[in-house]
Amino acid sequence: MTGNDSTKTTTVTQATLVKKTRERLAYRPADVSPLRRVQRRYTMRRWSVRHARFLEWVYARFSSLFLALHPFWNAVGYARAEKPVKFVERQVKGLMFDCRMCGQCILSSTGMSCPMNCPKQLRNGPCGGVRANGHCEVEPDMPCVWVKAWEGAQAMRNGDAILDVQKPVDQSLRESSAWLRVTARAAQERENAAGSSAA
Amino acid sequence: MSPRPPQIDENPEGVDLPLEPLPGHASRGRLERVLRRGEFAVTAELNPPDSANAQDVYERAAIFDGWVDGINAVDASGANCHMSSMGICALLTRMGYATIMQIACRDRNRIAIQGDVLGAAAMGVSNIMCLTGDGVQAGDQPGAKPVFDLDCMSLLETVRTMRDEEKFLSGRRLTTPPAVFLGAAINPFAPPCDFRPQRLAKKIAAGAQFVQSQYCYDVPMLREYMKRVRDMGLDEKCFILVGVGPLASAKTARWIRTNVPGVHIPDAVIARLEGAENQKEEGKRLCIDIINEVKEIEGVSGVHVMAYRQEEFVAEIVHDSGVLKGRRPWKREPGLDDALVAERLDHILHDNPSERPVEMVKDASETSVDTN
Repeated sequence: MTGNDSTKTTTVTQATLVKKTRERLAYRPADVSPLRRVQRRYTMRRWSVRHARFLEWVYARFSSLFLALHPFWNAVGYARAEKPVKFVERQVKGLMFDCRMCGQCILSSTGMSCPMNCPKQLRNGPCGGVRANGHCEVEPDMPCVWVKAWEGAQAMRNGDAILDVQKPVDQSLRESSAWLRVTARAAQERENAAGSSAA
Repeated sequence: MSPRPPQIDENPEGVDLPLEPLPGHASRGRLERVLRRGEFAVTAELNPPDSANAQDVYERAAIFDGWVDGINAVDASGANCHMSSMGICALLTRMGYATIMQIACRDRNRIAIQGDVLGAAAMGVSNIMCLTGDGVQAGDQPGAKPVFDLDCMSLLETVRTMRDEEKFLSGRRLTTPPAVFLGAAINPFAPPCDFRPQRLAKKIAAGAQFVQSQYCYDVPMLREYMKRVRDMGLDEKCFILVGVGPLASAKTARWIRTNVPGVHIPDAVIARLEGAENQKEEGKRLCIDIINEVKEIEGVSGVHVMAYRQEEFVAEIVHDSGVLKGRRPWKREPGLDDALVAERLDHILHDNPSERPVEMVKDASETSVDTN
């Protein structure tokens, strides 16, 4: 007990330390946080979350179209198609969701709110630090990505997908096209199913 | 000397032997035994020292002696740098304390974390708590690189895979899996409130066996949350420990509310503190009152006392609230390698061995000649 008391008089409290650092870092130029730096100039991700049900419908059509194009992708070669498709995907998803090209899109399980926009990049959010007004702990001006995701999921037909536990991000898939990967995988599964039923 | 009557939570073969895991138990730890027996558990948080002195850790742990079932070794909470949870656990398990090692995803990637889990389990840590961790902006070094390679959910799943399927995330086999009781954190007081019970369900699905909550100062809100948790049947799948703690003054309460992410303190609490003559005393009273209310809520299996910089009050709070119902938690428990350490100490103290290489070689050659 006595040892504890003696340390108490000599040490500075954590609160003071943090306060001091705050003063030193008070000047913060706009858009310098790691998150903001890579953000696009203009995005409509809040609109996308509000129209999650419509986008879910669109995506279902779109993915079956991509799958129908499988013979074409195969003819061109998935590797060769990667570059142009990735370009289009980056522009489209960048505008609509502020996509970060993680290469393993789970938008349909997160209410059309991209989880890679979360400063902690949570795939299974929200964290416990959400502010009372529903804003982010790290970026006070940004509405929590996962609060939005929950709202979007409520609107979606298959919104319960938000309750699935997501695997950690595979960093080696970054900067690759999720569209092509999903299509290739679906085509593979379809072939496997056809093969097993034939056998 | 009459033989001691058999006691609960000790190896019948001898007090100095480590406990054998009971059927259905994930770990050898006492915290799991206490919870599974249906007793009201008490855990506390150790304030990690800013020093390289082991004595500091021992002193801070000694305050909890005989009052708590587990000591949380925090992993740079609030993104403030302190002695690591791994280091604290190494020291405390050596002394036989039951530790709950926290792992935050903020500072380490999956390779480091899986290695640490193995190391911790080998040292005798039987409880691991998986957290996402506060953002670096909250701490004293906001320029640090936030890692967040895993999140709390995938971390839980990773450790569970290591324990139950005996393999790393990559699929490589482990020869001895880490026998740990898995914990997670919950915050019933942050939006979106209707998602929070669902999120607990997700954590349980990912492997959480016990959860500790954020500071609770709003009991009606917790009741509401617990009602929904009971409706989903989650209180039967995992043990819920509610976080409580004394507030030093109304000023501290205000500071915490604005600066510590995820802590919800209603105005009524601050008003109560402000109206009191002795605010520190009132803060302690308030904490005891909250514990008394919380322990009556169905589905709550224990409390987690976080008395930051007021650790000396923990014993008093636990005693005055009567949550232990006369039970005295074990002070120390024997570790897995205690026999080895004792043998080594015995050797050093009594055999008077020479540690000089030349003599060691000579001794060795003599003994080998003898055996021949």
